[in-house]
Amino acid sequence: MEKQIWVWADYRNYFQSRVTLQILARATDLAKKTNAVVCAVVFGDRVDEYVAEYIAHGAQKVYVTDDPVLNIYNVESYAFLLSALVRRFQPETLLVGATRFGQEIAPRVAKQLNTGLTADCIDLDIDDKGRLVQIAPSFGGNLIAKIITPNTRPQMATIRPGTFQELPHDDDAKGEIIPISLPGHMPAPRVRCLKSELHPVRARKIEIADIVITGGRGMGSKGKFKKLFDLAALLNAEVGATRPVVYADWISSDAMVGQAGKHIRPKLLFSFGVSGAIQHTAALADAKFIVAVNKNPNATMMKLADVALVADANQACSGIIRAVKDRIRD
Amino acid sequence: MLHIIVCIKQVPMVSELPWDPRTGTLKRETAQGMMDPAARRALEAALQIKADRTSGPVRITAVSMGPPMAEEVLYEARALGADRGVLLTDPCMAGADTCMTAVILGKFIKNHCPDAGLILCGSMSSDSETAQVGPQLAEDLDIPAIGYARRLELLDGCIRVERHVDDFLELMEMDLPGLVTIDHAGESDRYTPRYVALGGVEAAFNTGNIQVMNRRALGLDHAFNALKHSPTKIMDVYSPVTEKKGRVLTGAVKKMVDTLFDDYGKIISSAMGKDLKTHDHEEDK
Repeated sequence: MEKQIWVWADYRNYFQSRVTLQILARATDLAKKTNAVVCAVVFGDRVDEYVAEYIAHGAQKVYVTDDPVLNIYNVESYAFLLSALVRRFQPETLLVGATRFGQEIAPRVAKQLNTGLTADCIDLDIDDKGRLVQIAPSFGGNLIAKIITPNTRPQMATIRPGTFQELPHDDDAKGEIIPISLPGHMPAPRVRCLKSELHPVRARKIEIADIVITGGRGMGSKGKFKKLFDLAALLNAEVGATRPVVYADWISSDAMVGQAGKHIRPKLLFSFGVSGAIQHTAALADAKFIVAVNKNPNATMMKLADVALVADANQACSGIIRAVKDRIRD
Repeated sequence: MLHIIVCIKQVPMVSELPWDPRTGTLKRETAQGMMDPAARRALEAALQIKADRTSGPVRITAVSMGPPMAEEVLYEARALGADRGVLLTDPCMAGADTCMTAVILGKFIKNHCPDAGLILCGSMSSDSETAQVGPQLAEDLDIPAIGYARRLELLDGCIRVERHVDDFLELMEMDLPGLVTIDHAGESDRYTPRYVALGGVEAAFNTGNIQVMNRRALGLDHAFNALKHSPTKIMDVYSPVTEKKGRVLTGAVKKMVDTLFDDYGKIISSAMGKDLKTHDHEEDK
């Protein structure tokens, strides 16, 4: 039987569509190493346009259940359908985008199939035995773990959005479409969706700002943390924070920069009193130039910096405020 | 009477562990435990349901799986208002992945809380961040689940849940018994956790009534081994640091800041879109 790598298609909004295309790209690399076929699995109502999109982005086969009953995302019925399809076609690997819905459906499917699942992978590889190596942050975001699922199939992982680069759209790509009809014995839904409205959270300024200033616990206190806003006003910058600072209520949770918060891509990043847990630094990878301040020269954040100032974050912030005021040409 | 089970994880106090200034290494042994912030919100949701007269009588059981020290978070839960605290602990439970954690919690609920009507978890713990245990526990119990709840409303035999997922605002309804995970990143203050005076925690400690259950008490098979039976295996763990060969400045703050602006002024001013004076050096050229 041919080996298959499956990608569950999450397409409700632009962000979800993109993560699906990103995973298809990586699945294409992995498939070359294991001589496998890349497949997308699409559930919904009138999904032709998505099926075509997935073929244009690398899916060699697409399993499609297209039925008006599936017009709204429902975790129970979607998990039921996905588990049933996996049992029937037995893919080696099943990948799902780590969207919120993806993180609801994937654990249920994994448990139904009694197989392993790694959350929020930031890379995937194949080891010398042909097994999927699932690479994910672990232990409070301070370390990276390589995880395998040695004894059960499929090997399942959710993939952090933005991790992989989607393939260019290829209109000439050919793919086989395999229609799957809805089974007659769908369980009655125990969860009912009464209302579902698109409410996009507008892109926060911090995600597109040219200069971002982030602060960690090293700023000392809620009162001292406010100094970062003074510097931000001078530099026309946005202020972000680490998770401990958000949990300590020094700043609201929408300012959190990290795996569970905002990803930023500034031209210039000032980082004050941040030690640099991976769950935070993973969201800074696209920062062009980093200035870090920390009393501890060995802090991870200091090692990621282009310029590292070994100093008290709070005093350095005051010093930089003075220097900017002094140097701005009137 | 509605029996609410709240699943609570003990996590390290800070994600940024304390470092040893002499060696530059992490001091893991000094990392203190705390109640996972998302689980704390779940407990808050349970306490609010209990306080609401329209809910009728409510009983709250707080349960945690973990090492013996995890009983601390259960004392805290008791001090906050949980009626019962149960710690599931046994060397054979160590090393459980999310799937085996769900099996252990599921065993407790099936064998010891058959009247459970509502199970509440945090949507994602601050240390592992998998968001998997809640959904997998629901699957183990064969009950429905809704993730990332921002607001709960108890109705007759069912529950209404508001949530925000992937840019959709949703209102869901679920039959009970069922499981709900409370959003770890709630923007509304509805489930902002209450705090308990230190005296309250001390008083809870003094009552000493946390029930501890091992493998046998729980009813798990004698061959149960969470590490061995977990479908995922950790092959390797490493530090993710990709170091830049950056420039390290030390000394007086004023001097470091001057060096920063003198040597990197162009980068800073270009990001700002404003000219900055670079003292001294311009004239040298």
